[in-house]
Amino acid sequence: MSMNVIRKCFGIICIFYVATLFTPLAVSGEESVTVTVGSKKFTESVILGEIVSHLAEDKALKPVHRRELGGTRVLWSALLKGEIDIYPEYTGTISREIFAGLGIENEEEIRRALSEKGIRMTGPLGFNNTYVIGMRADVARKLGIRKISDLRNHPELSLGFGNEFMDRGDGWPSLKERYSLPQKDVRGMDHDLAYRGLQSGDIDAMDLYATDAEIQYYKLQTLTDDLSHFPEYNALILYRADLEARAPGIISALSRLEGLISEPEMILMNARAKLDRIPESKIAADFLAARLSLDAEAHGETVMSRFWQHTYEHLFLVCISLIAAIGVSIPLGIIAAKKTKLGQIILGFVGIIQTIPSLALLVFMIPLLGIGGPPAIAALFLYSLLPIVRNTYTGIHDIPLHIRESSEAIGLSAGARLRIVEVPMASSSILAGIKTSAVINVGTATLGALIGAGGYGQPILTGIRLDDVGLILQGALPAALLALFVQGAFEIAERMLVPRGLRLKSMA
Amino acid sequence: MIELNNVTKTFGQTQALQSVTLTCSGGKTTVLIGPSGCGKSTLLRLIIGLTEQDSGTVTFDGVPVAPNNVFSLRRKMGYVIQEGGLFPHLTARRNITVMAGYLKWNADRIEERLDELLELTQFPHDGLDRFPLQLSGGQQQRVSLMRALMLDPSVLLLDEPLGALDPMIRADLQEELKEIFQALKKTVILVTHDIGEACYFGDEVVLLREGTIIQKGTPEDLVFAPVDPFVTHFINAQRSPLENVRAQ
Ligand SMILES: Nc1ncnc2c1ncn2[C@@H]1O[C@H](COP(=O)(O)OP(=O)(O)O)[C@@H](O)[C@H]1O
Ligand SMILES: [Mg+2]
Repeated sequence: MSMNVIRKCFGIICIFYVATLFTPLAVSGEESVTVTVGSKKFTESVILGEIVSHLAEDKALKPVHRRELGGTRVLWSALLKGEIDIYPEYTGTISREIFAGLGIENEEEIRRALSEKGIRMTGPLGFNNTYVIGMRADVARKLGIRKISDLRNHPELSLGFGNEFMDRGDGWPSLKERYSLPQKDVRGMDHDLAYRGLQSGDIDAMDLYATDAEIQYYKLQTLTDDLSHFPEYNALILYRADLEARAPGIISALSRLEGLISEPEMILMNARAKLDRIPESKIAADFLAARLSLDAEAHGETVMSRFWQHTYEHLFLVCISLIAAIGVSIPLGIIAAKKTKLGQIILGFVGIIQTIPSLALLVFMIPLLGIGGPPAIAALFLYSLLPIVRNTYTGIHDIPLHIRESSEAIGLSAGARLRIVEVPMASSSILAGIKTSAVINVGTATLGALIGAGGYGQPILTGIRLDDVGLILQGALPAALLALFVQGAFEIAERMLVPRGLRLKSMA
Repeated sequence: MIELNNVTKTFGQTQALQSVTLTCSGGKTTVLIGPSGCGKSTLLRLIIGLTEQDSGTVTFDGVPVAPNNVFSLRRKMGYVIQEGGLFPHLTARRNITVMAGYLKWNADRIEERLDELLELTQFPHDGLDRFPLQLSGGQQQRVSLMRALMLDPSVLLLDEPLGALDPMIRADLQEELKEIFQALKKTVILVTHDIGEACYFGDEVVLLREGTIIQKGTPEDLVFAPVDPFVTHFINAQRSPLENVRAQ
């Protein structure tokens, strides 16, 4: 009888074992190979990323497009780490920023420098998206400005540059030096917000990309780079060398893009995305159908499915980081309350973490943890420490001496005092700290989208990029509601978790 | 029996106790008295190990009170702290039984002991499920006392147990406490700054000033055979104003 059972079990285990041996064989081959495509947080990069994704799909690969991943530094380090396999880049950015100071100029030198890092590149795609300086056409005409050097005679003008342009090697500092520009009022701002600043007259000039859709739309005058300051920004595709072995199909497909996209064509695609609000996936599919007769399928998501996806991602970021922070902060707060010297160090340390700007902390995490959820969770975790540590410390520290001494004098051990007296008496304060952390966490998690962690920040980011208030609200509104919900949930939790005898006090 | 031998305790510049030698014999009530800040509470806290002396020894039944045995010694001592020290988040019942629960007494034993204490202190049974803030001052003191007595300690340390009560309740409770002491036959050390209370309770009264013992003896000794003008001065300072009324 029992032998029978054992034999049956053994048989089942064997079947499973054999099945697992064969399963990988059954699904292996190119179709299971995942190719991760990255793109920067501006529309052109996202469209190029979609084009590459469609090509990969056409080669029976499984593309994953991590869209809108912050700037060059994020993508470059993600590529080096293998977090992404492919992303679109520009020659000028490679020579002036990624390999800044190495004096790399022409395409061959770039190719060599890249291959030393295990990175390959395609030939130029056909358009030069260099930087230009733009002004409102009417303002430029009135002041008689046609060239960048004309700006010298107008020190009163205020300039608004994209944050990346402010500190990149070929950006504002070197432009200012090259042309001896006298302007004092120079602001760093989001590139997409700068257009609005220009429209409203808050700023007079800004940096533009040569293929920006808005040049036509806003009737902008681009100023001639009469001293040839800006290098060429020929678009091309970077990919990891190991892709040649892993997914050879994609390499030949990428080479078909070389010389395929002209400047007017890129401006048109950018305009369809930004002005006509056509999804990038559709634009990319249309382009490939027209130019390569490729039958790519545009991936449209419904608003609802996107919403649930973002909600899931956001809750994931918040819950994991908050739970970890609670687990670490409460013991830290207790230690801080018990050991005066160590306590000062702990409180000082978590206080310093709080002063690091959130964006800097996120980017700082990339070399350690790559892109996506883990670095965002780590950063959110660090941010959530202070309120909980502080409130745990305060809650325990503020217990009246006579109560603390009574618990000691009746003979309770240190652990029992903590469990029976100190933590319950501090519970209200600890919960308030967790509530603060949770609410801050929900808000800060929206920045996670910048490093590919998704969440409600994703529609906000896309909305800013496309100047689409509706899209921004799709992220901002749920994030605000979630924060309110968290607040309410903690108030209910307080009523359930804080001992009744303590709540009497607040009534008296 | 509790013995202090040449005990000194300082806090920074403050000499809380200076070379104090004192024996509190078993089954007797010793009252510590003296002006505020003279070291009465510090003396009790040394006995129960809440602070450590700088020099000298404190022994309990011949065993020196030290960090390594303080937990087991505390179970043989009941302590009522000056401010009451009840845990506000626990009901009266939990306040009283928390230590018995920690020691894993079974429920029957706890209930039995609780009933004894309720009878002893005349505390109403339905008050057990109230929180400290829902009890009157006198009831709170009874709960503190029951908590101190729960494990049936051989020594009871009381730091101004009636200090915060109004005079009427205080007089009633004084009487009750004395009955309890007599019934229990425990070693009691009681702190007060009230000379009347000291004489009422004390088999022996110890008068302290600035950390030193000025006189130790029966209440009669202090009144009729003062060893220092301070003793008479201290007693007279607390004479009832009613005496003046009568004198006129
Ligand atoms: N933890 C402490 N830190 C500093 N000084 C203290 C401390 N405890 C007591 N003292 C000082 O020691 C002296 C005796 O205090 P205490 O024993 O509480 O007096 P009493 O109970 O007789 O009023 C006082 O001067 C008091 O200020
Ligand atoms: Mg005192």
